[in-house]
Amino acid sequence: MATDVEEWKAEVYGTDIREHVERFAEEGWASIPDEERDAWFERFKWYGLYHQRAGQESYFMMRIGTPGGVLEPGQLRVVGEVAKEYATGPVSNPEFGDAWADFTTRQSIQLHWIKVEDIVDVWDELESAGLSTVQACGDSWRNIVSCPVAGKDANEHVDALATVHEFQREFKENDRYRNMPRKWKVAVTGCREGCGQGDINDLAFEPASKDGVDGYNVRVGGGLARNEPRLARDIDVFVPHERAAAVADGMSALFEEYGNREDRYSARIKFLVDEWGAEKVRRVLEEEFVDFELQSAGEGFRESYSYNAGRDGDGHDDHVGVHSQADGTNYVGLNVLVGRMGVDDVLELADLADEYGSGEVRLTQRQNVVVTDVPDEDLDDLLAADLLDDYEPDPSPFMRGSIACTGTEFCSLSIVETKNRMVRYARHLRDTVSLPDEVEDFHVHLSGCTASCAQPQIADVSLRGMKTRKDGEPVEAFDLGLGGGLGENPRFADWVGERIPADEVPGAIANLVETYEREREGAETFRDFVERHDESDLEDLVEPEETSYEDPMMHNTKRTWYPYAEDDDMAASPAPTDGDGVPLDAATGDDSAPADD
Amino acid sequence: MPTELRVLDDGAWVSVDNERRVPTSDVWRFAATDFCACATAFVLLEAFTDVGVQGCEVTVDGVGRCVDCGEKHAFSGLGVGRVLEGSFRPYPPDGVRAGSEPTV
Ligand code: HEM
Ligand code: SF4
Ligand SMILES: [Zn+2]
Repeated sequence: MATDVEEWKAEVYGTDIREHVERFAEEGWASIPDEERDAWFERFKWYGLYHQRAGQESYFMMRIGTPGGVLEPGQLRVVGEVAKEYATGPVSNPEFGDAWADFTTRQSIQLHWIKVEDIVDVWDELESAGLSTVQACGDSWRNIVSCPVAGKDANEHVDALATVHEFQREFKENDRYRNMPRKWKVAVTGCREGCGQGDINDLAFEPASKDGVDGYNVRVGGGLARNEPRLARDIDVFVPHERAAAVADGMSALFEEYGNREDRYSARIKFLVDEWGAEKVRRVLEEEFVDFELQSAGEGFRESYSYNAGRDGDGHDDHVGVHSQADGTNYVGLNVLVGRMGVDDVLELADLADEYGSGEVRLTQRQNVVVTDVPDEDLDDLLAADLLDDYEPDPSPFMRGSIACTGTEFCSLSIVETKNRMVRYARHLRDTVSLPDEVEDFHVHLSGCTASCAQPQIADVSLRGMKTRKDGEPVEAFDLGLGGGLGENPRFADWVGERIPADEVPGAIANLVETYEREREGAETFRDFVERHDESDLEDLVEPEETSYEDPMMHNTKRTWYPYAEDDDMAASPAPTDGDGVPLDAATGDDSAPADD
Repeated sequence: MPTELRVLDDGAWVSVDNERRVPTSDVWRFAATDFCACATAFVLLEAFTDVGVQGCEVTVDGVGRCVDCGEKHAFSGLGVGRVLEGSFRPYPPDGVRAGSEPTV
């Protein structure tokens, strides 16, 4: 039997959705028929709109896809202006103020608290600057990720950005793939360091050469969600640069044809690759979906991959700091803690990029930003700018290594508070825990649930939202994993610590770091240290403990309408509201009933 | 009046008549169910897999984890609320329920 989602997609999907959104925007929230809301909100995702969680009805998260993370000159300013005007909620966030932009782990931008009435105005402003929200969520060709300094890097093998732009034209700026069984995440890497993170995407193009020709090796079926993480599998295909789009097209069509539509839990292509094996994927691709003979894999660079790898070596683990570009100028990577930047800071960053660079800004998969094209003579002035006190090019490893997803603040899947908590954790760790002097990277990735948006399984310390009971009361908690990372030998974390109350996590990390410092051999990195131990040793190394860290959000933050509101009770929610933010009188009252009434 | 029920967003919540009424991530008390070795299992609902009705009660199938001992199971038939005069009244997760206890 077709799922509801498949039926809704069959009725209206792809670019046909737009005219309906325009009508709802014109006529207001109340014009969306009550009995069609599930269907419309599912469809809205194709246009990058996600209805926020219960208690926040009528407000949307809007995701802007920036191909390869590139914001052309002028675009960041428009993002900042739009966020300032439209992404302001009923109450502010204690860390980030009234409005902000989130830079995501797939090089996208998310705005929150967008009202349905404003969607078209926001689109107009974004589109006039060449930005788009199309296919940013839903069953679609998601934002194409890439090495964030593609085309700039002094050390890259193929220009991934040319491929990204080609894919963008072919697959994203139209609705040719309006009927994918599930989301479709594509990564294109051109550098020798593996910054595209192809291993955790549905379809990965990895830099390679064959018989003197430059191009890509192809991998398929990676992804992290649902307790079923997979690394993309090598299907033994090399494709020359100019034929990459034909293979991307063929793989998308294969997924469209053979992906599971009966069960959304088993729909991602990783499950098809499990079932078929890499050889069959290759054979079906060749026989049915491309019209040329496939070449076997070429010579790649995986042994030099350093991004998110946690190893000692020459390559970088992230893009933070000052680095030389091929054209003799520099790029400056700035740390954005948990990827969230207040709107005034966004506008300030746009000014700095104009003044000292070319105006271009890029986003990385570690939720950070990169200002490109900075000439040597302007470096000192840029580095002296006040904004860089908060978004540092040389941060503490704990600030630098922190990634967090959206969490209970807005996300209906989440079990715990995430971003603000990670900010508190990172500051506490920076102020109280010391790593060996030469250690620059220590990655802590925190996700609110098993969907794994913060990519927890590939960090030094992996945190995933849970609950436990403390003094009899349910409290927010985390499972803690160790041993994950990408690089030449990518591996997912083992979940060795379970249900650690949120206020004992910093203590657990401090104890881990202390043991590492005491017992490490030579210049061993944390990942190397962890790999030397077996799972039961690691379990013993995890020692949760209360410390001076205090957590104000131990209660069920999902049961609030907004965790940071003064009156956070569901019943106090102003939502849904009209286009001016005035509560529409829903008059639901308290309709919860004890079972024995 | 027929009630429209479905599970959405990868099992994140149960929609009743196009409104999100039952979320995952709450801890429910399974008093009579043999969920794990704990006397009363406090079960974090991680995902819903199905929703249905038994009489006037709305019941769900899903996956949960005991927050005390960590045991994880699929379960079916947990009563999460009832439909009275056409409107849905959710049960509080932590209450002592006379509603349906799930099976494991
Ligand atoms: C309101 C709900 C949700 C919010 C706010 C949210 C937020 C995010 C964010 C911020 C990212 C990184 C950005 C990007 O894709 O451009 C992301 C990625 C991701 N999302 Fe979600 N998400 C939501 C729902 C879901 C759902 C329903 C799933 C399904 C299982 C999911 C699974 C993932 C995964 C696996 C990634 C990225 C990991 C990768 O790179 O493969 N999210 N999400
Ligand atoms: S990991 Fe879970 S909680 Fe975090 S944003 Fe993704 S879906 Fe939401
Ligand atoms: Zn138990």
